[in-house]
Amino acid sequence: MNHRIQLISSMIIISILVLSCDKFQPNAPTDDSLLDGPVNGLTYEQNRQFLAGDVAFNDEIFSPATGLGPIFVATSCGSCHAGDGKGTPFTTLVRFGQTDSTGNQFLHLGGPQLQNRAIPGFKTEVIPNGATSSKFTPPANTGLGFLELVSDEDILSMSDPEDSNGDGISGVPSFGYLPEFITPNSNAVVKNGKYIHRFGKKAAAYNLLHQTVNAYNQDMGITSTFTPHDVYSGFSIDPEVSDKTVRDVVFYLQTLKAPIPRSKGNGNFETGKALFTQINCSGCHTPQLKTGFSPVTSLSNKTIYPYTDMLLHDMGTELDDGYTEGFAKTSEWRTPALWGLGLSPNSQGGQYFLMHDGRAKSIEEAIMMHGGEAKKSRDSFKQLNESEKSTIINFLKSL
Amino acid sequence: MKKILTLCVFLLYMIQHTQAQIDPSLLKGITMNPKKDLLNMDAIYDRPFVSNKKAPVSLGGYVEANWQHLGTDGISDGHQLQFRRMTLFVASSISKRIKFLSEIEFEPADKEIAIEFAAVDMEFNELFNLRGGMIINPIGAFNQNHDGPKWEFTDRPLSSVAMLPATWSNAGFGIYGKKYNNNWMIGYEIYASSGFDNSIIENTENKTFLPAAKKNTERFEELPSGTPLYTTKVAIRHNKIGEIGLSYMGGIYNKWQDDGLVIDEKRSIHVFALDFNTTLPKTNTFITTECAWVNVDVPKSYSEQFGNKQFGGFLDIVQPVVKRTIAGWKDAVINIAVRMEYIDWNKGQFIDTGSNIGDHLWSIMPAVSFRPNSQSVLRLNYRIQKQTDVLGNPPSNTAGFNFGLSTYF
Repeated sequence: MNHRIQLISSMIIISILVLSCDKFQPNAPTDDSLLDGPVNGLTYEQNRQFLAGDVAFNDEIFSPATGLGPIFVATSCGSCHAGDGKGTPFTTLVRFGQTDSTGNQFLHLGGPQLQNRAIPGFKTEVIPNGATSSKFTPPANTGLGFLELVSDEDILSMSDPEDSNGDGISGVPSFGYLPEFITPNSNAVVKNGKYIHRFGKKAAAYNLLHQTVNAYNQDMGITSTFTPHDVYSGFSIDPEVSDKTVRDVVFYLQTLKAPIPRSKGNGNFETGKALFTQINCSGCHTPQLKTGFSPVTSLSNKTIYPYTDMLLHDMGTELDDGYTEGFAKTSEWRTPALWGLGLSPNSQGGQYFLMHDGRAKSIEEAIMMHGGEAKKSRDSFKQLNESEKSTIINFLKSL
Repeated sequence: MKKILTLCVFLLYMIQHTQAQIDPSLLKGITMNPKKDLLNMDAIYDRPFVSNKKAPVSLGGYVEANWQHLGTDGISDGHQLQFRRMTLFVASSISKRIKFLSEIEFEPADKEIAIEFAAVDMEFNELFNLRGGMIINPIGAFNQNHDGPKWEFTDRPLSSVAMLPATWSNAGFGIYGKKYNNNWMIGYEIYASSGFDNSIIENTENKTFLPAAKKNTERFEELPSGTPLYTTKVAIRHNKIGEIGLSYMGGIYNKWQDDGLVIDEKRSIHVFALDFNTTLPKTNTFITTECAWVNVDVPKSYSEQFGNKQFGGFLDIVQPVVKRTIAGWKDAVINIAVRMEYIDWNKGQFIDTGSNIGDHLWSIMPAVSFRPNSQSVLRLNYRIQKQTDVLGNPPSNTAGFNFGLSTYF
């Protein structure tokens, strides 16, 4: 009888553990503390494609056996965008060889991107003599699908090439030619055969397919039917990633949620926002945009708060590396979105590496590095008292 | 809840009414190594075998099955029922001083049926034995002494499976010897074997990962580097103090020439391991620990993602708390235990920033185990684990229960 009691007691304990094991596991971080995760409201089919893209983006590690390199920058998409956030100096890449709109003069010597790593037995590229270069720290991926859906008309409406309002800001859209594999949007604005590009530090990529295909090829040395040329040999070789995987990754990037503001509604947020507007940071970092139609309901016709105008701005000599892409000037940079800025340390090893090349180690340092069209705003920020500066920085961290 | 109660009642019924189906008198339980106090290097023969008196071979094996429910940062795959492995031993005493033993492992999750060990031992002298065949490289103690029923934890030590390759077997030859003198024992092993290949740095783990080489089955036919992997271990034991082992494994790992043409530099790997185990006399507390240092020559032009220095280890403390007849099992034992583990897959600093490279993990795992006899164990573990990515970002947190059984048969 005693044995039975022991057995029954043991089984009851085990049963309780089985039933309550969820309670003994770590809680999920709050949604507003994460950059990854899909937009709400995806269908079952869309969730499946999101997951396929998630696996390809974060879990598929390329090795020489699966096409890595032979020269490369990273072994996977996720290596550069941990948690879909910004990268670090370790994942920062270098581009070289173009100084003006006549194009890259060093394509025959490995341009535009320096493949600074190589599989065993191969040598890395070096920047050729005479080529200027710039470092690009990987941006966050979050909310890109929303930015892709902002209409060309809306982008054009924010541009002010002649600075007709006299605020010192004269953003211009980045017009460029499309690669063959890109089909332009039906409502795209065309100017002399060029289309508005919006992704990348110099806005040299038209859409997320363009960006993704280039990243596979230039960052990992992976060829696809879209870009069949091997970065090492320059020859066309068999595709090393399938069209489906590329499309899945693009869908994943399109359907990543937008960062969730963490202090919206409280007084400090509103004060910070008011100061941000008062010193005209919002002249380029446009707080509110709207998306156009998308077959993905969660992305379609939404109001978003990315704090970018997606235009190129002349940032002056302070940020002129002497290198450019597309038709941008060397001193021009596309306004980066500020949403999710405060979560950057979660993907940057607990630190900030801001600006295009990660040279700023804090938000304040980043503000002080602004020049050119942003000089007035920078100087206005400088004039603020410490409390006001702190309010702005806390506001930026909460986006 | 109703289903679980029904299951409990069913299990109770089965426990009371199941009878042994085999006449045990036909088979005789034996051990291939009759000595009582043993070194870890003796573990391959320190297993229960059964033999028919007229048969030339002895048979044995063990089986492991688990239930687990783990979650990471609020995401769980729910209940997982796992059949980890079944291992068969076939041993034969060909003559008084020639023995053969094989260990064949079935791991259905990996669709793997693998010969882990299949070697002939020829004794010339107590201090000089020749071993040849498929050997297990004696790096650390776990590689030598890895049978599931011997451990109070459902999972193998992480440093032994995710930093060192667990049950790392290769084609090879070597010599070993032992000397027993009262309370003292000393043993050594030296082997030349096949070994690693480029996969330790060219893999889908995104880190220097020695276990990746286990997938290269060509190693049983061909050495990628054309040079052997050397493994050596020295262990000393005093029955009142414990056993300490020091092992080394190293050689050239990469394919540096092909068809007579040089295609890369020769790159080497060096692994050092230190292991210790003891049983405290008054409390019967069993302590076993092992740590290892890995140095891999990673090309400078390759990614810093792949570390050239690694460190990892574990510490198990097992305390018997009850030893008596339980549920009809005489001398059954209940233990409480804890395992602490740590791995750093990439020791060093980033060149660009000078900040520490992450890619490390620590885990602590309290456990309760029930041993109805020395050959079988039921064990309940609770894992708490933190893992940091290579950039040193906030760690992912994992926790949850494992329950498993493992027994020799």
